[in-house]
Amino acid sequence: MSSKEQILQKIKQNQPGEVTELPDLNVLGSESFDVLKTYKKVLKSIGGDFAEVADYTQIIDFLKNSYALEKRIITTIPELSEIARLDWQNDDPHSLEDVELTIVKAHFGVAENSALWVTDALLGQRVAPFIAQYLAIIVSKKDIVATMHHAYDRIGNQEYGFGTFIAGPSKTADIEQSLVLGAHGARGLIVFLMD
Amino acid sequence: MSSEKTITHSEAATRFNQDTERVNWHDETLWFVREKRDKSAHQIQDWELLRETASKIKNNVLSNIHDYLVEFEANAQQNGIIVHWAADAKEHNEIVHAIMVKHEVKQIVKSKSMLTEECHLNEYLSQRGIDVIDSDLGERIVQLRKEPPSHIVLPAIHLKKEDVSETFHKHLGTEKGNNDPQYLTEAARLHLRDTFLTRRAALTGVNFAIAETGEFVVCTNEGNADMGAHLADVHIACMGFEKLIPQRKHLGVFLRLLARSATGQPITTFSSHFKKPRDGKEIHIVIVDNGRSTQLGREDFRNSLKCIRCGACMNTCPVYRRSGGHSYHNAVAGPIGAILAPNLDMSKNADLPFASTLCGSCTNVCPVKIDIHDQLYKWRQVLVKEGHTPATKTIAMKTMATVLANPVIFNMAGKSGRFVMKNVPALVNNKMNKWYDQREMPDVPEESFREWYKKNSRESKTDKDEQ
Amino acid sequence: MKIGLFIPCYVDQFYPKVGIATYELLEKLGCEVHFPMGQTCCGQPMANSGYEHLTKGCDANFISNFAGFDYIVCPSGSCVLHVKEHLHDDKQQELANELRKKVFELTEFITDVLKIDHIEGNFPYRVGMHQSCHGQRGLKLSQMTELNAPAFSKPERLLSHIKGIDLVSLNRKDECCGFGGTFCVTEEAVSVKMGQDRIRDHQNHQVDYITGGDMSCLMHLEGILKRQKSTIKTIHIAEILNSLEN
Repeated sequence: MSSKEQILQKIKQNQPGEVTELPDLNVLGSESFDVLKTYKKVLKSIGGDFAEVADYTQIIDFLKNSYALEKRIITTIPELSEIARLDWQNDDPHSLEDVELTIVKAHFGVAENSALWVTDALLGQRVAPFIAQYLAIIVSKKDIVATMHHAYDRIGNQEYGFGTFIAGPSKTADIEQSLVLGAHGARGLIVFLMD
Repeated sequence: MSSEKTITHSEAATRFNQDTERVNWHDETLWFVREKRDKSAHQIQDWELLRETASKIKNNVLSNIHDYLVEFEANAQQNGIIVHWAADAKEHNEIVHAIMVKHEVKQIVKSKSMLTEECHLNEYLSQRGIDVIDSDLGERIVQLRKEPPSHIVLPAIHLKKEDVSETFHKHLGTEKGNNDPQYLTEAARLHLRDTFLTRRAALTGVNFAIAETGEFVVCTNEGNADMGAHLADVHIACMGFEKLIPQRKHLGVFLRLLARSATGQPITTFSSHFKKPRDGKEIHIVIVDNGRSTQLGREDFRNSLKCIRCGACMNTCPVYRRSGGHSYHNAVAGPIGAILAPNLDMSKNADLPFASTLCGSCTNVCPVKIDIHDQLYKWRQVLVKEGHTPATKTIAMKTMATVLANPVIFNMAGKSGRFVMKNVPALVNNKMNKWYDQREMPDVPEESFREWYKKNSRESKTDKDEQ
Repeated sequence: MKIGLFIPCYVDQFYPKVGIATYELLEKLGCEVHFPMGQTCCGQPMANSGYEHLTKGCDANFISNFAGFDYIVCPSGSCVLHVKEHLHDDKQQELANELRKKVFELTEFITDVLKIDHIEGNFPYRVGMHQSCHGQRGLKLSQMTELNAPAFSKPERLLSHIKGIDLVSLNRKDECCGFGGTFCVTEEAVSVKMGQDRIRDHQNHQVDYITGGDMSCLMHLEGILKRQKSTIKTIHIAEILNSLEN
């Protein structure tokens, strides 16, 4: 008998006789709060930052003022081609090691924890938001949901190979519980909240 | 590690307590994490309902785990993921090794996985000439020091920054005496970045696996699991079978609870959902039993398998905070470790369920409502019945049971020698009464309550009046 | 109302004043209190050590002593919890179940059964309340800090009406003291450290007394305080509630 059969047989034998019911999730996520205000507050509290912008021009202006444009900047958003490269998506992911800033869009954000949902379709390469020194993510203000329950309602049966929630910059507190931003991933996260 | 003779929790704790200042620091540091958890949890209006819901989902999983596993495997395979099954630690290690041999890789980068600690994978692979590098900062620190993690979420919580500085100076060439966490973290970042860029194989743990979609979720703050997985040709994800949840939407419940319970963060920085491998690359999942199916059959202990490894029970445990993770001589320490470990090896871990005052705080912080302290009590009963307690203790207990069951003997024993005091606290160690090492005995009063009662109660006065 | 007074074995022998205070207090509050002379111990020391199977004799003795009372009241949350959760008798389990429902810890009996939350008393001291874990998390005599739920405390509600008392708010409201039954000797190092830390929290709030609903916790803390030659004293809550002269 294979290990799989062995394990499954023993599980079948040892699991309880009756299947207990799954709980109703609809009773959750009814907290009411100002979604955008909460989003901003939580993002700040976990080391991220935000800027409210009306269009891509404002994003470009902001980035020109805040980042070293001579360093490597990559994006998947054609509107940002003035300051960032678009032609890296089929490259060996290791070649992204010198990226200073990655700019991508998020499907939506979550107010209660400031997380942003991104998938393959928006990332260009899976490693892009992790390998860069800094990360910028654009999300529409109308696409901020209240809680994780709303987030998964929104995701529904969405098809993706990879998707991730990103909440703030990469961080660690493994040395004496002292918080340090920029563990292995991005050292900083700026979220552009677009009208 | 496994070949060394394990010293009992109480011996290890006694050593740990020789440095009072360090114990105070350890206690305060973990209490600080517990307070962050409280603050975060108390901000969520539905917190208790969330815990209840999570508990019910996990109960459902455990009652239907066979079908969920079958469903998960089919969906994962459909997604192009290669699924393996390991009955025990040995088979798990062999599977991982075989994948590496097949791909002719000699180096692997690994993010946090308590399962691989449980299976002693690092040891196994390095004995076969494979270089394993742990990429979680805390795990890297303890790996360089050749120590096991002392906490499932905060692996190096037992170390001070001076210790880390010393280790990094020795292994990574950092400046001697520079204890700045920022500086030390940056040094690890540079060192590990090189690792990520050069490893062709990456191993991660699994926080949740979803039956409905065949995907799995890995949560980190550092981004190390993603850095490893997205740069490697082969991604191996190892999971105990209890990590399954039925549907994607259930993640909404667990991701709200996990990080808040663990560190007080609203969510981990990255909650990555792996569904399909990149084109031309491979994802392997190793589903491990290693005693879990046995635990599933122990009705009293079954629901320990609901654990989502948040570590909240450790942070709140007054004993863990004052004895340190290593005193539990098990991959998973603290209260949850103490109810999981006896399932793996009763005789080796017979001391752990007794390393608790049964205060119950663990049960209250548990995000999936495992009745941890009740299970500690129940393990004690099992361990005694299975003969894992010293014979002297059993004899003392039997004597006590005889005396306490018989009011006449009890009263005689009480009068002549204060039976209770001699026997209750000093039960196990009559020769050298440990009570007295750092505590005084209570004063012996002139008369017991019952003697007073006989003379002074209304009842006795009435009796006398009637006579 | 006929009350069976259940006095923990170690209280009977070492802290008779706690038994006396409990007895007098309940009588003062209008109860008819009886102390069955055949009582010994609830069996908890054995059960918590893994020897629950040896407690049958204790259980049978408990039942034969306490059957027939309207309520069973005890100045110990820990002993009450043990009876509530573990009182068994193969021959008369129904009676055992009935007794489980009738047994009450002293303060909850006063607030929940007698429905009294105002007791006259005088205790002009600064006091820290150390709630035993079994009383608090087991019997839910007060809210637990881990939970996101409204605060309450039955013993503190009673204490708050005592004249002159200055109840402090501890940094760690419900941290365990480290007694833990046989734990206090099998894990002596951690047990003592927990006790010392619990005391330090009280010291930092300059208390005169540490009070609580369980003499076992207080016996452990008292042992450490005496060794430290501290001026802080321990006192059972029954003694404070019974502080007014008759």
